[in-house]
Amino acid sequence: MIYADNAATTKMSEAAVNTMVSLIGDTYGNPSSLYAFGQKAKEALEKAREEVAEAIGANPREILFTSGGSEADNQALISAAKLGEKKGKKHIISTAFEHHAILHTLKKLEEEGFEVTLLPVHENGIVRPEEVEAAIKEDTALVTVMYANNEIGTIQPIREIGAICRKHGVLFHTDAVQAVGHIKVNVEEDNIDLLSASGHKFHGPKGTGFLYAKKGIKLTNLIEGGAQERGKRAGTENVPGIAAMATALKESVENLDAYAAKLTPIRDKIIAGLKEIPHSAINGDEESRVPSNINFCFEGIEGESLLLLLDDKGIAASSGSACTSGSLDPSHVLLAIGRVHDVAHGSLRLSLGEDITDEDADYIIKSVKDVVEYLRGFSPVWRDLVAGKGNFIL
Amino acid sequence: MALYSEKVMDHFRNPRNVGVLENANGIGEVGNAKCGDIMKMYLKIENDIIEDVKFETFGCGSAIASSSMATELIKGKPLEEAKKLTNKAVAEALDGLPDYKMHCSVLAQEAIEAAIDDYNSRK
Ligand SMILES: Cc1ncc(COP(=O)(O)O)c(C=O)c1O
Repeated sequence: MIYADNAATTKMSEAAVNTMVSLIGDTYGNPSSLYAFGQKAKEALEKAREEVAEAIGANPREILFTSGGSEADNQALISAAKLGEKKGKKHIISTAFEHHAILHTLKKLEEEGFEVTLLPVHENGIVRPEEVEAAIKEDTALVTVMYANNEIGTIQPIREIGAICRKHGVLFHTDAVQAVGHIKVNVEEDNIDLLSASGHKFHGPKGTGFLYAKKGIKLTNLIEGGAQERGKRAGTENVPGIAAMATALKESVENLDAYAAKLTPIRDKIIAGLKEIPHSAINGDEESRVPSNINFCFEGIEGESLLLLLDDKGIAASSGSACTSGSLDPSHVLLAIGRVHDVAHGSLRLSLGEDITDEDADYIIKSVKDVVEYLRGFSPVWRDLVAGKGNFIL
Repeated sequence: MALYSEKVMDHFRNPRNVGVLENANGIGEVGNAKCGDIMKMYLKIENDIIEDVKFETFGCGSAIASSSMATELIKGKPLEEAKKLTNKAVAEALDGLPDYKMHCSVLAQEAIEAAIDDYNSRK
């Protein structure tokens, strides 16, 4: 199988598995216990905190471990909203193509009386910093913009947006789940106040993640109970998982240059190959995108059938079609970059892993071409388009 | 657990009666591209018998499988019987569909109804 769905989740690295297994076996003490055996677990936990902090240019005291990206997103937004509310600030700026962990939390805050502005992300899938600045008002409590989009892989001008937020004294959060471990992220240089990340997106275990909160930013608990995580997140820590996440992150960050050097040309080769398919289009900016991401729309076909047939050919990928989401609408990300429903249903996301080879790339290109052609062969939509009834969109 | 039954996958991978029927005398198209499903049924009706049937579908795996199964269920059958084909019968013949995919079988039923209506309107 060619696993090309690394944006959904990744395989744990060998080193991360080793860390996890050794801690599950030998270091099962509770980090809150005072005897030496418990303190050994505490040491593993704090070492992980140091490693994670170093990977993003933070201080260990600024790292809060969570159950994943979703929890970190929820806590970041709720915390910033509470801080704003105290000062009478109830306006939040975000974008139309955030992950649902952000969008649904914003919906909830809206119901609680917050005003939310969702900025457009334009055809290229990139937010314009000047539009962020223009949207900031007297009562803006928070700007939250994802670092890299999970569907189309576009990288946002985070540093510029962060600088604008600093200038206006507005808190800045970024959902960096698809960026951390994939491209360089540094909270200092990038002017970030709050950042969310998820272990399973960079070869760590599922159910692990962290929230970076710049010193001085008071977090609101989502989970009440014991005094773990400086009292900001109750519950006995998942020490093996957290330590394995830290191992994976350290490894990924040390390997960033080699990762980009390996994946970028393969990504671009696949993009060039798929562009040869008539009436297709790449989704999102070609330059400013993570090295692993390829996302296309093919006119006249539907994404789920494309995925099932690719699966038969041994390629695991994903799509933004409605049928794969279980809802009637195709991906909100594709709609946000201006793809109409008719073509958004026919999308394909390939997110490459480091084990991809040049031969895999050739095989993927050929397979996608064959399957698209096959499905178009009995698509009434395609027939009408070819017959000149109606206009091609792509 | 697989997303679909073996039967659905079989009809999806090897759709029966797929394509265009050149001498069709009843054609029905339902669904729309906005929702991600379009089915087109071509019927050749002779002496109140479905002599031949073909389909074209733009849609997900269960949409393709539902149209394929529906054509099998009516091919060679009297028109009266074809008229009575229900979406439930299509879904059952496929060994079931996930709840949120039942609308695919509804589309198949509606595509056949539309094709029969077209045939009747041509008479
Ligand atoms: C951009 C983005 N944010 C948040 C999440 C949620 O992360 P997790 O699965 O760790 O809760 C994901 C993963 O799907 C993501 O891609």
